Amino acid sequence: MAGYNLKEVMSKPERLAPGHRMCAGCGATIGIRAVLRALHEGDHAVIGNATGCLEVSSFMYPYTAWEDSYIHNAFENAGATLSGVETAYHALKKRGRLPQDANFKFITFGGDGGTYDIGFQSLSGAMERGHDMVYVCYDNGAYMNTGIQRSSATPQFADTTTTPVGKKSNGKIQTRKDLSAIIAEHHVPYVAQTTFTKDFKDIHIKSEKAIYTEGAAFLNMLAPCPRGWRYETSEVMKICQLAIDTCYWPMFEVDHGNWRLTYEPKKKLPIEDFLREQGRFAHLFKPGNEELIGQFQEEVDRRWEDLLYRCNK
Amino acid sequence: MSRKDRMSGNEAVAYAIRQVNPDVMPAFPITPSTEIPQMVSTYIANGEMDTEFIPVESEHSSMSATVGAEAAGARSMTATSSCGLAFMWEELLVAASNRLPLVLTLVNRTLSGPININCDHSDGMGARDTGWIQIYAENNQEAYDNFIQAFPIAEDVRVHLPVMVCQDGFITSHAVENILIEEDADVKEFVGEYHPEEFLLNPGKPVAVGPYAVSAYSMEAKYNQEQAMIRSKEVIKEIAEKFRKKFGRGFDFFEEYRTEDADYIMLIMGSAAGTAKQAVDDLRDKGMKVGVLKLRVFRPFPADEIAEALMKCKAVAIMDRCESYNGCGGPLASEVPAALFRKKVLTEAVSYVYGLAGRDFTVETACGIFSELEDIVMNNRQYEQHRYVGLRTRQ
Repeated sequence: MAGYNLKEVMSKPERLAPGHRMCAGCGATIGIRAVLRALHEGDHAVIGNATGCLEVSSFMYPYTAWEDSYIHNAFENAGATLSGVETAYHALKKRGRLPQDANFKFITFGGDGGTYDIGFQSLSGAMERGHDMVYVCYDNGAYMNTGIQRSSATPQFADTTTTPVGKKSNGKIQTRKDLSAIIAEHHVPYVAQTTFTKDFKDIHIKSEKAIYTEGAAFLNMLAPCPRGWRYETSEVMKICQLAIDTCYWPMFEVDHGNWRLTYEPKKKLPIEDFLREQGRFAHLFKPGNEELIGQFQEEVDRRWEDLLYRCNK
Repeated sequence: MSRKDRMSGNEAVAYAIRQVNPDVMPAFPITPSTEIPQMVSTYIANGEMDTEFIPVESEHSSMSATVGAEAAGARSMTATSSCGLAFMWEELLVAASNRLPLVLTLVNRTLSGPININCDHSDGMGARDTGWIQIYAENNQEAYDNFIQAFPIAEDVRVHLPVMVCQDGFITSHAVENILIEEDADVKEFVGEYHPEEFLLNPGKPVAVGPYAVSAYSMEAKYNQEQAMIRSKEVIKEIAEKFRKKFGRGFDFFEEYRTEDADYIMLIMGSAAGTAKQAVDDLRDKGMKVGVLKLRVFRPFPADEIAEALMKCKAVAIMDRCESYNGCGGPLASEVPAALFRKKVLTEAVSYVYGLAGRDFTVETACGIFSELEDIVMNNRQYEQHRYVGLRTRQ
């Protein structure tokens, strides 16, 4: 998008008002505000939300931080709920019960627990049916709202409260589920993996595409969590940059079946650079655990190569 | 003008859905309710209605999408049975607490296990405390009539609660009966148009639905829900009266069949009421004063009205097509005696569990129950209060 202008984008009115109760240094709200900035002025939106940090912190009765209409239903059904809302929109338009010029967009947010795990079926159904909506997963790699339990998005070796590091444990045993690829295999019009970096360009462009591409779209957004990842709150932007520069979190899109890498680090950094910043991986840096970091690196490399192949690189 | 037609219970409800033509209907197949979404899909495919149908991937999603659509401002409904309703359970509570006037047509089927596709009321009874209004039908006619009344009850500003309209799996859902069908225009006029006060798709007037509420607010939300349930009693009566005036049939909370001078009354819900009525006719011919109280509305529970209706009888058989596994009877066996006690109506009340998982309930069985009641009263007999009828073997 040649016309991207950071100053212009950042001066748009906020659609998630300040005063919500999310933590300082939380990646979710930074990313969500970036997604909402991609809505064109004048367009209405209905925001869906799976149960999680975002929901309990942004809509605590009698206050809401959402400038748009908003619905929280339950943990595992954000996809289905918004598919009902979106269908209602078509029904009411068809029957002349909404002004013909009322333009609504449908965006739902869920954490990785509500998206990769318990809400997976509901998401898959909504994507397969092709509702004109965007599902945005803010992936912080664990059930943070309930106190940092492992999810299928949790990286290998992470220290969580259900995969605690101990004398006989190096944290989570399994590697991550690749949800972006799974949703891409639904052959929906648009899937992208993103996070926020200092110019917010990648997330803005992908959000706008996701919102304004007709049909079902899925955005997987890395959203660091200072409580679960154990980093200094001021370091959130740095962590995201390291996630993409180590290729732990590749930035790509699948636009109508075309896999495209949207960011290729000039120099691929070693995974230690990403891991070292986070307390949840501290045990990997103890003497004797070098091999674990090696394993982590191998998995990152394998997935990166796989992605390059998909993107014809 | 009413018109006679032969229809199964599922056909009758699907026909009523076509007439109401709701805005949105998500649904997922499950026996024995599957025919309803099938028939609706066919009506849509043939251009006979234009409801937006969402073929969701589970019942959990059908209720979730119905909640979303209704909150968005669309008149919305779904259909299910048995495990499908159980799978929706969390969502049933969400629908009611959000005060969404959506409708679910339930074709009653037993819950697993063992897995079995036939009728009992364990699905509906399992959802009895979810904050839904529940209306049960004896026959295909009532399945049709109750559905037509569902949206006007749900959407009334005094109520704003979801309504479950129930009929017995296979017994009415698949059996064909002669019923009276009303003109499309009359049904549409009766149901009226839906204009919610607040909804998600109201341009310029955004609304947020489904908050986290701390303890300082949550209890009031639940209290208000209960007040709405209490208020729904007058609305159910008004709508029933309006329906009677317009179409000439129907009941309020229950039907009293030959109970005016009855010594022995059978309190029963659903299709088995028809069997019980036949037993009453047979026994009346032999001079026995018996009657049936057929409960139509289970939620809200018409406790005072039931106590009033049973005040003069010598004994009542409380018939549960459902087990509570509490060691002392099904849901009706808990709630009816509580209603009697509060009104100081101390008639003999015997709990019977019958017809589980499609076990037949026969006129002979019903006659036997009336004889037992008579025996208990006339011979001042001590009796077991929690009894089963229709078992293959008796312990």
